[in-house]
Amino acid sequence: MSLLEVRDLHVWFDLPDGGELHAVQNVGFSLDAGERLGLVGESGCGKTTAILTIMGLLPSSATVAGDVRIAGESVLAEGEESVRSHRWNDVAMVFQGAMNALNPVKTVEQQIIEPMEFHEVAEGEEARYEARRLLEMVGIPRQAGGRYPHEFSGGMRQRAALAMALACNPKVLLADEPTTALDVMVQAQILELLVGLSDELGLALVLVTHDLPVVAQVCDRAAVMYAGEIVETGLVDDLFHDPRHPYTRLLFAATPDLYGDEEVVSIPGAPPRLDREILGCPFQPRCDRAFDRCIRERPVLRHVHADRLAACHLNDLAAGNSDVHRTRATK
Amino acid sequence: MSPITRPETAGASGALVEPPLLEVSDLRTRYPIRRGLVGALIRRPRRWVRAVDGLSFSLRRGEMLALVGESGCGKTTTAQTVLRLLEPDSGSVKLDGRDITSLPSRDLRPLRRKAQMIYQDPYESLDPRFRVRQTVEEPMLIHGVGGNHDQRHVLVVEALTRAGLTPPDLFLDRYPHELSGGQRQRVAIAASLVLGPELLVADEPVSMLDVSVRAGVLTLLDQLRRSGTMGILMITHDLSTASHFADRIAVMYLGRIVEHGPAKEIVRDPKHPYTRALLSVVPKRDPRDRTNPQILTGETPNPVAIPPGCRFHPRCPVAEPRCRVEDPVLHRVRGGTIEHEAACVLV
Repeated sequence: MSLLEVRDLHVWFDLPDGGELHAVQNVGFSLDAGERLGLVGESGCGKTTAILTIMGLLPSSATVAGDVRIAGESVLAEGEESVRSHRWNDVAMVFQGAMNALNPVKTVEQQIIEPMEFHEVAEGEEARYEARRLLEMVGIPRQAGGRYPHEFSGGMRQRAALAMALACNPKVLLADEPTTALDVMVQAQILELLVGLSDELGLALVLVTHDLPVVAQVCDRAAVMYAGEIVETGLVDDLFHDPRHPYTRLLFAATPDLYGDEEVVSIPGAPPRLDREILGCPFQPRCDRAFDRCIRERPVLRHVHADRLAACHLNDLAAGNSDVHRTRATK
Repeated sequence: MSPITRPETAGASGALVEPPLLEVSDLRTRYPIRRGLVGALIRRPRRWVRAVDGLSFSLRRGEMLALVGESGCGKTTTAQTVLRLLEPDSGSVKLDGRDITSLPSRDLRPLRRKAQMIYQDPYESLDPRFRVRQTVEEPMLIHGVGGNHDQRHVLVVEALTRAGLTPPDLFLDRYPHELSGGQRQRVAIAASLVLGPELLVADEPVSMLDVSVRAGVLTLLDQLRRSGTMGILMITHDLSTASHFADRIAVMYLGRIVEHGPAKEIVRDPKHPYTRALLSVVPKRDPRDRTNPQILTGETPNPVAIPPGCRFHPRCPVAEPRCRVEDPVLHRVRGGTIEHEAACVLV
């Protein structure tokens, strides 16, 4: 049994004009204690929506189907009723731009104590002690807890946001673009901290980002999302060296590498709209390897080999021969 | 008519080499810190943020120079001072061999036409009520160039085509909200191209864009400078992007360049300890390439209190006692090419 298990997750949003937007489609992944999973893809691919669902924080316009289990217990079964006991206690989240969302009129320490008291984890002096211990754990000196967010630098505020997320001793941490607005040196400090926390506390980490190199350096596994669904998942090493979906390969090719000499190429076109039914493969209009079957038939995510899933018809072509992904089609 | 003379006249005399498109020498720009009423009454000394503090570099035509560094290092202040959006305290900025730091404001208009800026956020830099054609036409109206309505239309279409928005007819009547991030940034680029600029200053031109379209916008900038006489000064914090697209990289720290040289050489053989540390923490794309990051501790440096001696010494992993007193100047590094310079007494 995995610590976090997401199965057949779907999210639809009601649109003002009466339509529906299928933001998350059949998403599933699982995570053990101390494991780090990267959820990557372009903006609008559903990665943030997927983890907000795990937290039970979607707006009322959303309809959810599927199953999310934490240590075997179903989180979504009873809606808000069942999610409340897990939220922050078992699974916590660092929001995108969290460092800019701290309350400016409360000290950093108070903001960590608040969730502790609300969730009855600790109170009074004990909570204060615990808050300072957490701050120290994320690299902020104990005595700085009495300061206000504006007295902190961006990196320190991000550390404080991390300490807040850890206030109720969660087992799973969901981090949405935790380093996006930070400088490269501060990014390195925060990533080192996240890796350290997941190693030391056995924290299962889901890292949501569009930054492939960050995932490559921090995570064990990754799931690549496109148009609301996972199109490929596996060990990051395999995804980079032996991609089994053209989108994974093109995403890496669009990312410049410090020492890489090969040309950096954009992926032409844009992701499809999710408020209408998609025929065939959703990536087909942008794919450099698409063939007639891709227009007619939507590929399903299935095992390519052990610990690797991909949703691409090319994998049927030469049964198991990864060369079909390596060579680029001539135009 | 234009107060900025073309360099050909100098070249024609045969004696002079064509000056670089942009030449910045010993530039200093600082901002005062408010003292408040009490501070003023008790005559507390005025303090300054020394954002740009003795900066020199040059940019040739057809070249792309990347200015890299952490936030607060003075990259953006440099860009604004170069375009005279900010007044420098001292030093000079020469465009085409002509000093623009002392130009009276009435002469700034031709300068604005020659030097254009691309901003970071194409979601904010475009007027949401303007159609693409209006956005691209507006600079010509402001500068009173481009001829009559029909001639301007031709120029608008041409600029859109150069910016890769083809066919232009598809985009002319759209509003920004109907465009993707990459398309918006291309519209912003088109709007600067209509004036035929010679210097393009791009401040983090792709950091707000999706990974999948970044390369396209950067390739466009790359083509623009290769196809003409335009020089591009790109401000970025992304060293991978800089190493891929720029000819040269200049690394800034606390308002000054600490190392510069050919892009590939800076990335493969960095000399200054700061550059080395900065490069070591850039995440690599290949998961197997997990080199040990050399993470500098301490806060982002404060340009109000610049340390004496070498300004990097408090965070430097290899600092020696003399680094606390000696302020190193840029000099050619041992074992580097002629253009590779660093400001460190150890290299």
